[in-house]
Amino acid sequence: MPPPSPIVEFREVAKRFGDGPDVLADISFAAQPGDFVALIGPSGCGKSTLLRLIAGLSPVSEGTLTVAGRDPEQAAAELAFVFQDATLLPWLTVAGNVELPQRLRGVPAAARTAARHRALALTGLADRSDYLPRQLSGGQQMRVSLARALTLEPKLLLLDEPFGALDEMTRERLNEELLAIRAQQAWTAFFVTHSVAEAVFLANRVVVLSAGPGRLAEEFAVPLPYPRTADTRLTPAYQELVVRISRRLRSVAPAAVPA
Amino acid sequence: MPRPAAKILLPVLTGVLFLSLWYGVRAVMPPDLRFLLPAPEAIGRALLANGPELARATLNTTEGATLGFLLAVTVSVFAALGLSLSPLMRVSLYPYLMMLQLMPVVVVAPILVLWVGPGLKSVTVITFLICFFPLVVNTTQGLVSTDRQLVELFRLYRARRGQELRLLRIPAALPYFFTGLRIAATLAPIGALVGDYTAGSSAGNGGGLGFQAIIYSSQAKYPALFATAAITCGLGFVFVAGVLVLSRFALARWHEAPDRKDN
Repeated sequence: MPPPSPIVEFREVAKRFGDGPDVLADISFAAQPGDFVALIGPSGCGKSTLLRLIAGLSPVSEGTLTVAGRDPEQAAAELAFVFQDATLLPWLTVAGNVELPQRLRGVPAAARTAARHRALALTGLADRSDYLPRQLSGGQQMRVSLARALTLEPKLLLLDEPFGALDEMTRERLNEELLAIRAQQAWTAFFVTHSVAEAVFLANRVVVLSAGPGRLAEEFAVPLPYPRTADTRLTPAYQELVVRISRRLRSVAPAAVPA
Repeated sequence: MPRPAAKILLPVLTGVLFLSLWYGVRAVMPPDLRFLLPAPEAIGRALLANGPELARATLNTTEGATLGFLLAVTVSVFAALGLSLSPLMRVSLYPYLMMLQLMPVVVVAPILVLWVGPGLKSVTVITFLICFFPLVVNTTQGLVSTDRQLVELFRLYRARRGQELRLLRIPAALPYFFTGLRIAATLAPIGALVGDYTAGSSAGNGGGLGFQAIIYSSQAKYPALFATAAITCGLGFVFVAGVLVLSRFALARWHEAPDRKDN
């Protein structure tokens, strides 16, 4: 069998906005199908920009980037995006919000409903279809946002600090749920986060970026087997890796330099 | 927040104080000047005595105010859509919209009467002019200030421009639109009044409240003049209340209303 072709491949990619300085420089990186890549780095290192490039929301300035073997612009159907905020339409119910991407793509109502039921069941919100976003907690809103992304059955899921605004306990629970969902749906993930613990818990590859311009500083493999559970956080292997990556992160983002 | 009973009692108390002050001022006024501040019951009597004529005037003013208001709503919605879709149009037209707002309606009203003819037509156009600005500005603002992340979400899922407008920009603009509508509702009766103050005389239908005010003033019927003012207030109240009910109906489900479960 030939090796699988990468689902996302950066080759010497640089990104700048207008005549500004490079935001990202020298990015060469390939993600294989099934990878869970966590991107971590100091503020302003271009982590979110990297995701936006993959999503085709912004073009690369130099180098080449392919998503599923194509230009990111053409690969939109393969991917889904989860923003830092839940980005729900406040006037639509949970059902309306979850069905939105498929509605925009002209999927017939019956198929939309079926996909919505599946996605809400996965995220544990099956009984919240008729609620409005403002009737839900922050964690529940994030689950709706995740369900909305999952309806598209994406090959690639891009998550931009999706749980950053939540409290620690909710965040940990959602991390466990995210992995449980991934056990049922094989997508590749790019996950931007500020939390080393979150990155190690979720990913099989943790990429540390340095700032000004953003470069790949170092990649860490996470050899912890899936399925991972709350107990995984108690293992020495997990904790040792969190310490190592935290040290590396501190070396690329000296505490004396304000973000 | 005061308790519910207090929310009714306090305004009633204010009203009683206000009326006492009114009678008090009358009591200390020299008797030959009291005609300047008719007693409330005299205003009530004038209202009844001039009933038919005031009812007709109210009807005429209401008609002009309603037509001008609806015309302003319709035109401003289309104008706002155009302005929101084209930055070029926005840049080119905004200064003139500002001028439209600063334009003294009282001064241009006689010119408008010459242009479009007296009576209802002028009243409608003048009401339109006074209502149009807050509507178009607020609605345009609403259409262009959609949450950036939501716009990005729509772009990510390759929404067509029409979908973005229909499913995102228009619903997101509704709260702004209703803000404009509330302002326009307070202005509509005033616009109509200014309109028939100038254009009502030769209307042939007896004119509206503005024209009636001129007549009472020239006849020194001050209680009737006060009654006319009271009716105008009432008309404004009806307009604003109508818009508030409409906006509650359209927005309460998701915007600024107390929590309740919808099924």
